[in-house]
Parts: sequence; structure tokens; C-alpha cells
Amino acid sequence: MTVTREPAPWAAGASRRAEPLIFERSAPGRRASSLPPADEFPPVAPSALPRSARRTAPVGLPEVSERDLVRHYTRLAHRNFAVDLGFYPLGSCTMKYNPKVAEVAAALPGFARLHPAQPPDQTQGALELLWRLERALTELTGLAGVTFQPAAGAHGELTGLLIMRAYHEAAGNPRRRVVIPDSAHGTNPASVRLAGFDVTTVRSGADGLVDLGALAGVLDTDVAAFMITNPNTLGLFERNITRIAELVHRAGGLLYLDGANLNAILGKARPGDMGFDVVHMNLHKTFATPHGGGGPGAGPLAVAGHLTPFLPAPVVRRAGDRFDWDHDRPRSIGRVHGWHGNFAIIVRAYAYLLANGGEGLRQVAERAVLNANYLLELLTPAYELGYATRPVMHEFVLSARRQKAAGARALDIAKGLVDRGMHPPTVYFPLIVDEALMVEPTETESVETLDAFAEALLDIAAQAERDPGPLRQAPVTAPVRRLDEARAARRLVARWHAGGEEDQVRGVDAADEGPTGRPTS
Amino acid sequence: MTYQPHTDADVRRMLDRLGLASVEELFTPIPAALRAPVDLDLPRPHAEQEVVAELTRLAGRNRHLDELVCFLGAGVYDHYVPAVVWYLAGRGELATSYTPYQPEMSQGVLQALFEYQTLISELTGLEVSNASLYDGASAVAEAATMVVGATGRHELLVSGAVAPRVRELLETYSAGLDLKLVEVGALDGQTDLEEARSRASDQTAALLLAQPNFFGVVEDVRAAADLAHQVGARLVVTFDPLAAGLLEPPGRLGADVVVGEGQALGNHPNFGGPAFGFLACAPADVRRLPGRLAGQTLDADGTRAFVLTLQAREQHIRREKATSNICTNQTLNAIAAAVYLSWLGPQGLAELGERCLRAAHYAADRLTGVPGVRPAFPGRPFLKEFALRLPADPVEVCRRLADRGWLAGLPLTGTAPGLEDGLLVAVTERRTRAEIDGLAGALRAVLDELAGARPPDRGTAPVGEVGA
Repeated sequence: MTVTREPAPWAAGASRRAEPLIFERSAPGRRASSLPPADEFPPVAPSALPRSARRTAPVGLPEVSERDLVRHYTRLAHRNFAVDLGFYPLGSCTMKYNPKVAEVAAALPGFARLHPAQPPDQTQGALELLWRLERALTELTGLAGVTFQPAAGAHGELTGLLIMRAYHEAAGNPRRRVVIPDSAHGTNPASVRLAGFDVTTVRSGADGLVDLGALAGVLDTDVAAFMITNPNTLGLFERNITRIAELVHRAGGLLYLDGANLNAILGKARPGDMGFDVVHMNLHKTFATPHGGGGPGAGPLAVAGHLTPFLPAPVVRRAGDRFDWDHDRPRSIGRVHGWHGNFAIIVRAYAYLLANGGEGLRQVAERAVLNANYLLELLTPAYELGYATRPVMHEFVLSARRQKAAGARALDIAKGLVDRGMHPPTVYFPLIVDEALMVEPTETESVETLDAFAEALLDIAAQAERDPGPLRQAPVTAPVRRLDEARAARRLVARWHAGGEEDQVRGVDAADEGPTGRPTS
Repeated sequence: MTYQPHTDADVRRMLDRLGLASVEELFTPIPAALRAPVDLDLPRPHAEQEVVAELTRLAGRNRHLDELVCFLGAGVYDHYVPAVVWYLAGRGELATSYTPYQPEMSQGVLQALFEYQTLISELTGLEVSNASLYDGASAVAEAATMVVGATGRHELLVSGAVAPRVRELLETYSAGLDLKLVEVGALDGQTDLEEARSRASDQTAALLLAQPNFFGVVEDVRAAADLAHQVGARLVVTFDPLAAGLLEPPGRLGADVVVGEGQALGNHPNFGGPAFGFLACAPADVRRLPGRLAGQTLDADGTRAFVLTLQAREQHIRREKATSNICTNQTLNAIAAAVYLSWLGPQGLAELGERCLRAAHYAADRLTGVPGVRPAFPGRPFLKEFALRLPADPVEVCRRLADRGWLAGLPLTGTAPGLEDGLLVAVTERRTRAEIDGLAGALRAVLDELAGARPPDRGTAPVGEVGA
């Protein structure tokens, strides 16, 4: 495979010239908006609003036509890679294909144009959907009750930790520590701190799994919970999970599952059966909703029966064929979202559930695991596995130690993939693998895609052995070359200013399209 | 339906390569005792048209805002969403990407976020905006964490005129934070700044208020800022971003952290989510900022480009010492807001504010013209939302109005002490004079009905008609 400086196919529509900022497209007096006139109503006396509160200068929004706006964002879109454009094996993020029927469902006015404060008799369909999805999620997890308020995985973690905190306090037994493995997602320790606990980290064993001895050594009456991911971030199933649950429960602690990797075990094994008390799900991952450039997601939380009284309020309740909000939850931790969570994501997840059905979800897990193991098999001739344990589940973590010794780090390998038209894996995570490349192919990729990706990574490995120089210069086919990330932090520019230094920065050429660089006010 | 491309031959070929007879062999790490039963109680697979039919059935059991004339707000508003917003934000290149960890492949999202941050900075009057939070309520909790860190103090004065939902969330979050909440009462719908002054001390991390507040009343942000700053505390304001068309940005009046709910900016009500929360602060506080931040830099050729920056604040680098646990946020909703604000422009923002102001004042006049209906807070300044007192149970009044096609507002029964007869009414630019007149007529009819008089007119809402 040769890399030329031609734009990569995914970026073929993108100009090599930087797209000006929308503010640099602005021309005084131009506009896109049309609004019903204010003079349908009588003017309001000036005294109605205190002079001191009134705005004194126009807001610095850009002044552009609708055509400007459409071309600008279309060009920005052309400068962005996505699942709709190609393979995106970003480990731990489950970048599977997002079925379009879910978009149709979420856009139905009965969902999109529903106000969250409407009373239950006006929102029966929404409540029924939540109730039905809750039933499915409790069945899939083997747990008893669900809250849909958390907007993302980390939000679910915080919610679960606050529930466990309330549980121990209600038992007259407040506890201060939460144990997590050294392979954990960064959100885990951050959530633990936000919930007011201290973090105790346990090292993984040589096989990449929880070291039972090390775990037993840190469990005591001050431990509120053990928080793990299973399969863990190395893509390995914790085969001693039942024993782990016994140890934790015997010490009076609770077992929390970071459900980021639920895709591997959907319908194959249930967290509740493993002994977990709490699990958050990332519906945007496992239930295939679009990741939106970083969000929105949805992070509903399922808990075992002894924890349901502590769920955020309200929860959905069914009485016959009527559905209602149950606000009468005296032991509830309260509320973690202004309303009912990211409902439109939950609608998409329900559409995905219906499309796949129980059998389909089981097949999702099977194909995700098959794809990961097949791809790993293709790559092992050139790359070391971070921990030698196999088979893996839905993802695996390679180490680029060998390539690093030859002069190409994991980052260089990632940028080499950019030039080969594929999104790189997650790099430098988990922290316990040197030069980590974390690959999650997902079940929606074909064998041809996996073969092509393996070919690209093997080509890069060969390049690293032969001459790592070009990899350190990569990418050359993306809309921009490698970025100076240190500069961004050193000289923070987090917004545009009229006449700011960016006007002098090279590469901005807006001569083809309207005026540039004019101040907007 | 299946979204996996594997043919039977593909699966065989892959298994052959692995030297396996069946996929089941890959699941041997899961102990047999833990294998789920194959007969889980889950729906059967559905064809796409069946999925659409079932979701349409459920959607049909909701009475949405095209079926009811909406005067309900309380944080989520029926503002018009221009066609261009989701035409662009819904593009697959943006919607099906993820957090821009590889900036060379993600310049579209990164530049859109940089523009979004600039727009939020303009609306709030503070220099630095992050790249979105979950919602307006959780953004307040993130702001609380910030001010505790910045001041080393642990007490938050919370105005009673902040939305009850936001105060509930703060209460929930405070269980994990070392944070004591002290409520400051509202006087005639406005934060009692004298009470705030008496409660402020060298323990106070910040004063929190909403602009406009939960009752729609415009607060005196400058006086609140002065008061907070006198004791070395911060002022946190949760701000309706569309109020910026009329009001001076809180940051220019002394607010140190400005947060808010972004739904009004081009996002559909969505039964409460997803929309997004925003948070802006001064440069001095940027290292305490939660969440993602897009920054400008150069590429190896010296071309301007954008990248996630100051990541040492974040959970994936700093772990338990991070400023927040947030990872997945609401980027696409923030991008929709950026499209919306660019569509609106400065003139549109001002016109929108003026239209809502006039429509709401007209509505307040008409509705208080109904016998027995009074303004809850006479003389208090408001923009698009205001509270009334009704001569009958507001829940029952709203129920009867809904039967006639009117979503009259939020009954304040049970949400605000002393306002059991209160109704919170919001009027966006979508409401016409005819609709407002219609609501007033219907309210009169319902109140007459409840008072035992014969209704002169059912006052059915003119849904689908263009206002006269």
C-alpha cells in the first residue's frame, strides 16, 4: 500500500484550504433568520424592563445568509471522519453502525415535540416506551429496576455511586472507599471522587484479570464497592467474577459494573447472575445510537432489588394499561437530570431493541466477539498482545513495543492509519499496556473491512521496521497535518476574536466565498 | 432485522482461520453457570416497517406540541427550530463521529465546537466556554464544584427562585461533594438580596441565581455580584441564552460563572433530552473548567486547526484528580445550537427577544383580564414567562384546558410555597395573537365552568390555523 499526498477517500470532498470560521464569513446586514414580526403585539413600555438590565450592545453573532451557513457546515462535515464514512475501531467506544430507522423513530413529533413537564395523561406513549425498555434492560441485566435519568456512562457511574452511598448510610454503615482495578476507565476514579469516596486501586494480575489475592487484601469494612468493567478494558472476561462477588459481598461491599463493554455479553451472560448489584449501560454504544461527535449518549442504570428504593425519582409505574410517574420515593437519592434523561436517545435504543429482538442481540455479541478474535489473529504476526490471555471478547489491546523500538510509537501508527483512510484505535489506554492500541471492530464490520484494516496495520508495521520516518510525519492525506497540541495548551485560544491573531495565521483563505475577517459588531 | 454483514460463508471462513468449529467456543471464558438462558423474555426481531409501526403507535399515544397550543415552559420552551438546524447537525459525518481524539480526522466537529464556544462566550459575556454538559441542571452542579475548588469554601447560597428541579439536583449531588446548600428566599418572585447579604459570609463559596428566574422574573445580577464579591464569594448565574437578545450578559454584570440550559437554541423539546448544558467562566478559572474544550493551534504546515486542549483537567488523563467525570457530553446538540445562533444572527436574536417580550406582556394583560386571574408578582420585570394566580385549582384548570387543546402552563401547586394557586405561563415567538386571545377565552370558559356557571364558549384551540 502506498501513501500519496492525495486526499484520503473519506476527505475527498474536503478542501486542503482551511475553512474560515463562520465569523469570518460575516457581513454586516446579512441574515438567514426570518421571524414573525414583533408588531403583531403592542409595544411594551420601556419601564417594563429596568434600564440597568438591558443589553447595551448587539451580541457578536455572525451575520450570514442561509446559503453561507449550509456551505460552511457542509464543508466542516467534509473535514470529519465518521462511522458513515468508514471503519472506526475506537476501543471502548463501540463505534458500530447506527441504523437509520432509529432516526425516523426519534423524529416522530409525538416524541420530538413532547414537553417533559406535560402530565402523564398526555405522555402515555413515552411512559409506555420507558416501561417497556426498562423491562428489556432488567431482563438483559438480570437486575430489578432502572433509572433513565443519566445522560451518559459517567453520569450513570455517579448515579450508581450515590445510590450505593445512600444504601450504606441507610444501613447505618457509611463507608468511605471504592476499589477499582488499574485497568479502569478514567471516568471510574473521577466519578468515585465526585460521589465523595476515596479511590483504592488494585493491580491486575499477570493474566490481565483481577488479582483475587490483591483484591482480598484491600477489602475491609470501609469499602463501599468494587467497581469493575467486565469484560474488562483489555477485552477479557473476568472468569472469577462469581468469586469476586463473594469476596466483595462478604466484606459488606457492593459490586458495580461499568457496562461500557456490555456489547460482548448481550444475551449471553447477565450481570445480575454474576453477582453485580449495579450496572450502567451506554445505550449509545451497545444500542447503536449515533455518538454525535462526543454526545449525546444515554447511561441508564439498572440495580438489584435491595437498591431500587434509592433510584432517582420519579420512576415509571404501570397500573393496568395506564402508566404514571411514581414520585413517592422517600429513600430516593433525588434527581441527577433536569428531566427524564436523554429521551430521544432512549427512543432510538428501543427501536434498535425491537429491530434486533432477543435473538438478534445475542448475535450482536457473537459477531462482535468473532470479529475481534478474527482481527486479532490477523494482527499477531506483527503486533504483541498487551496481555497474552485469549480468546478475547469484543476488543483487544495490542502493544506497539516492538514498533516503538524500531522508531514508531503508537501515536505514529495511529496517524499512519489516518493516511490509510481508517480511524485509529484508542491509543495509550488502558494505562497498564505500554504503547497501547485498543481495537474494537464491532459486529457491524464485514470480513473484507477487517482484512483491509489488518493489511493496513501490517503495512504500517513493515514501514516501521523499514523506515519509521514517514510514519512520524503522518498524516499527509487528511485535511490537516499533525497538530501542535502543546501549542494549543500553552497559548490557549478557546474562542474567536475579531482582529485576533488568527487573522494572520497561515492557511485561511476565504477568497472564494464572501468577505472575511470582518468584525461582526 | 440485522445490521451485521456476515454471510454464512464469512462466518465459516473466520472460524476456520481461528481453528474453531463454532462461535460458542469463543465464549468459553464465561463460566457455564453464568451463561444466560436462551429464552430471555425479550421482543422478537422485527422488520423495519414493524419497528416504525410500533414506534408510531407509541408516539401516537402522546399529545405533542403540534396538537396542543403550548404555553408551557419552565425551562424547556417551544421555540421554532429552523429547518436548516437539523438538516446540518444531522449530517452523518458529524452525527456518527465521536469525541475528536484524532484531530486530523475531526476538524469539522472541532471547528464547530470552537465556533460554539465563541457564540456561548458572546451570549454569556465570559471568555471561556466548554464544549457542552448534559443539561442545564447538571451544569449548575458542575459550576458548584468549580466555585468550591476556586474558593476553598463549602457553602452555596441558592436562591429560592432557582427552578425546583435544579435545586433538587444540587441537593442530590451535594451528598458526594463537600457542599452545604443554604437557601435564600424569594420576595415577590425575586431573590431576596437582603437575605442573601445577611447569610453571606467568609464561608460562602458562591451565590446562585437564575436569570430570568424560575418565575420568569428578571433579577438584579449586578447587585447580586457586588454582594457576593464583598465576601470574597463568586456569583453563579443560570441564564436563559435567548434572554441575551434583551438582557446584558451576566458576565458583563459581574457573574463569575454562567451556566444554562441550551434547549431553546435549536433543540426540540424531546421530552426533556437530549439538549445540552453550557458553562462559561473567566480565563482565570479555566483550569477548573469541567468537560471538553476545543482550542486553536497550528498543524505541521502552519495551517490553523483545532484540537481538544487542556486535557490534563479531564478524567482520561487526571483520573481521580479530574475537574469532573464527564466524558460523553452533548456535542451534537451544541453544534445544533451553533447553527441556530448563526442562523439567528444579532438582528434575529434581538427581534426574537422583542417578539417574545411583547407577546408575553400581551398574554399577561389578556389573561389577567379574565375575572379572578391575577399576576402573581405585579410590577416585577419579565421577558417571556410569568406567573399568575388563578381562582381555581391550577391542575384542574390545566386539565380542562388540555381537553380543549391548550397547554396552558405549569401549575405551581406543590412546587413553590404560597403559590398553590399559581400557574407559570411561557409565550414564545410561535404564539400568535389569535392563540393568546383564544387561551384567554378558554381560561374564562373553564373558570366559569368550575364556578358552576354555564360555559359561554368551549374555547377550542385553533391548532393548525395560522393566527389572524
